[in-house]
Amino acid sequence: MKSKIAKISIAAIAALSLSASVASADTLSDTLSQGYLKCGINSGLPGFASADSQGHWSGIDISVCRAVAAAVLGDKTKVKFTSLNAKERFTALQSGEIDLLSRNTTWTETRDSSLGLNFAGVNFYDGQGFLVHKSLGVKNAKELDGAAVCVQSGTTTELNLADYFRKNGMKYKLVAYDSNDQVLKGFETGRCDVITSDSSQLYSLRIKLKNPAGSMVLPNIISKEPLGPVVRQGDDKWFNIVKWSYAAMVAAEEAGITSKNVDSMLKSNNPTVKRILGVEGKLGENLGIRKDFAYQIIKQVGNYGEVFERTVGMGSPLKIKRGLNALWTKGGLQYSPPFR
Amino acid sequence: MFALLRDRKVRGILFQLLTVIGLVAFLWYIGTNTVHNIEQRGIRTGFGFLTGTSGFAINDSPIAYNETYTYWRVFFVGLLNTIIISVIVIFLSSILGLIVGVLRLSNNWLVAKLSSAYIDIFRNIPILLQILFWYNVVLATLPSPRKSIEFFGSIFLNNRGIYVPKPDMNSTTIGVMVSVVFVFVFAFFLNKWANKKHEETGAEFPVLYTGLGLLVVVPIIAYFIFGANFNFSYPHLRGFNFTGGKTFYPEFLALTFALTIYTATFIAEAVRSGIEAVNKGQKEAAASIGLSGYQALKLVVLPQAIRIAIPPTINQYLNIVKNSSLATAIGYPELVTVFAGTTLNQVGQAIEIISMTMLVYLVISLAVSAILNWINFKMKIKER
Ligand SMILES: N[C@@H](CCC(=O)N[C@@H](CS)C(=O)NCC(=O)O)C(=O)O
Repeated sequence: MKSKIAKISIAAIAALSLSASVASADTLSDTLSQGYLKCGINSGLPGFASADSQGHWSGIDISVCRAVAAAVLGDKTKVKFTSLNAKERFTALQSGEIDLLSRNTTWTETRDSSLGLNFAGVNFYDGQGFLVHKSLGVKNAKELDGAAVCVQSGTTTELNLADYFRKNGMKYKLVAYDSNDQVLKGFETGRCDVITSDSSQLYSLRIKLKNPAGSMVLPNIISKEPLGPVVRQGDDKWFNIVKWSYAAMVAAEEAGITSKNVDSMLKSNNPTVKRILGVEGKLGENLGIRKDFAYQIIKQVGNYGEVFERTVGMGSPLKIKRGLNALWTKGGLQYSPPFR
Repeated sequence: MFALLRDRKVRGILFQLLTVIGLVAFLWYIGTNTVHNIEQRGIRTGFGFLTGTSGFAINDSPIAYNETYTYWRVFFVGLLNTIIISVIVIFLSSILGLIVGVLRLSNNWLVAKLSSAYIDIFRNIPILLQILFWYNVVLATLPSPRKSIEFFGSIFLNNRGIYVPKPDMNSTTIGVMVSVVFVFVFAFFLNKWANKKHEETGAEFPVLYTGLGLLVVVPIIAYFIFGANFNFSYPHLRGFNFTGGKTFYPEFLALTFALTIYTATFIAEAVRSGIEAVNKGQKEAAASIGLSGYQALKLVVLPQAIRIAIPPTINQYLNIVKNSSLATAIGYPELVTVFAGTTLNQVGQAIEIISMTMLVYLVISLAVSAILNWINFKMKIKER
């Protein structure tokens, strides 16, 4: 723990003070010359970022890293992943240890305006919820007055929690840890009555419990948590690349292009499809990357819907419904700016 | 002018001056350059953030705090918690270390072996593991609040801490507290007087027993003088948790136990080597003038041994302060947890926050060494 803090601070101070040129740095050429993308991720959150027994990462946040690698380097496997906890993530990005942060990070005004960051989209619309022991007999968050609540420190979750109890005139006992594992332990050993986190994560936390049936998720959603990929401020070119790599996945779903049919779609007559896939126009080149960047993303990673179903949706143990994350044409919020 | 330069002393001063100027200029350059770069990247700089509202809660604060207070307040809460845990652990581990260090050299085989086993085991297990062990294994196995272990119907022990009655701050409470402080001050001067008398006339005065006696009698008298009105706030179960009284949280307890037990092993070793370093002739001389084993230890051996044990003990005290930052693993809200951790994450100003934190540790470390060096100086054998 101590060494981690030392690591962060040394990295931060060294990187921030000595590299006068980084402010105008060209992340794209750095990435091209080193041959891989430096992506910061969660250390383990089923559906968002988790490693199998061979150390192979997958999840909806991982897909964003892979999409950018496919777009920039033409190969989705050319990624160097760095696991970060909530407290480490922004310093790692600011100091250049990573070039893309894709770690269930909520887009907020403070983060956007004073941390030197830019949010490149929203790959998961989430909201904060509560997980309780069934034995408490609580059915609604409004009944939680006086409860001990476990939460991960350094998150928006911690702030929303304070807001919610204040707003409702209730009291709580905070139990804040800096790792998810300790949050789970705290809940299992009875140090706290409740876990609060982004609700998508409550389900995966629940699966990790020794006795999942002994706990339940309350119906209340107390906040807006638009989670998305983040880059450093000051490199607009890189910002655009990440923004449009993600948009390409959504646009592909809108246009009905999937990893299976993408090759035959190359022959499509639809001008939108032609532009997305780089058959017509110069969209990729305008970004400073390959013309067929979206083709590579769709072919290697898949469109947004495919990724969603595979990582957190019905094809995964989490079985999260599309809900707010459906396309705008299906009552959701996922919407790509036009590819033209 | 040149003749002056040829003077070695003048030249020396000149070069030192130039070095200092160069260093300051270099640091100034790095400083402004850093601030410039950071601002270029759209990261807020400066200490203005300290007056902003924190928005998050802290579970264990010695001063009034809630989410509407500022980051400044968070800094002080963290700082106070660091100081509180350090002072308590320094106190407890010194006592434990002294006892174990002496017992380790006991003539009783079992006692000596048990002490050395304790030292060997707890000194060699990494401190972080010990903290997690106390927290996740020992304290976590206590029953839930509803099934608390109860003492006298007013002290409760469960997996959320120890709950004890807390006296209201009325005139009786304050009067009794002041009287206790008074007894300690009095005992200090009594001890001085007794030592002087002992040196001059050889007469013994039982300072310890007198002091203990006064510690019982004086507060009782004070209690009656100041209105005989103790008013306790008792912990009681309300909803999910206990409220009222004073709570010692598991995070605090685990950290205190682990750091005390770990550090005491090092202090015990310091004490032991101090005792062993005392010339054997001293012990024999003590025995030959008819002092009992205990008297020899107390009057001859320990006073000399402690002098030798002080420098390594200083180091251990400093380690306690630094190791207290391992609390982040279990979420005890000391400085590194709430300020270099949570606050840093919420406002993102790494340089400012890490500098402030490092400065605090530097100042505490320097202060501790200064105090102990002073004690060291005072306790030096006075040549007569
Ligand atoms: N979306 C929130 C919370 C993100 C977050 O760190 N969530 C925690 C759980 S509430 C997490 O992912 N923990 C996983 C880990 O650290 O391993 C934010 O951006 O502040």
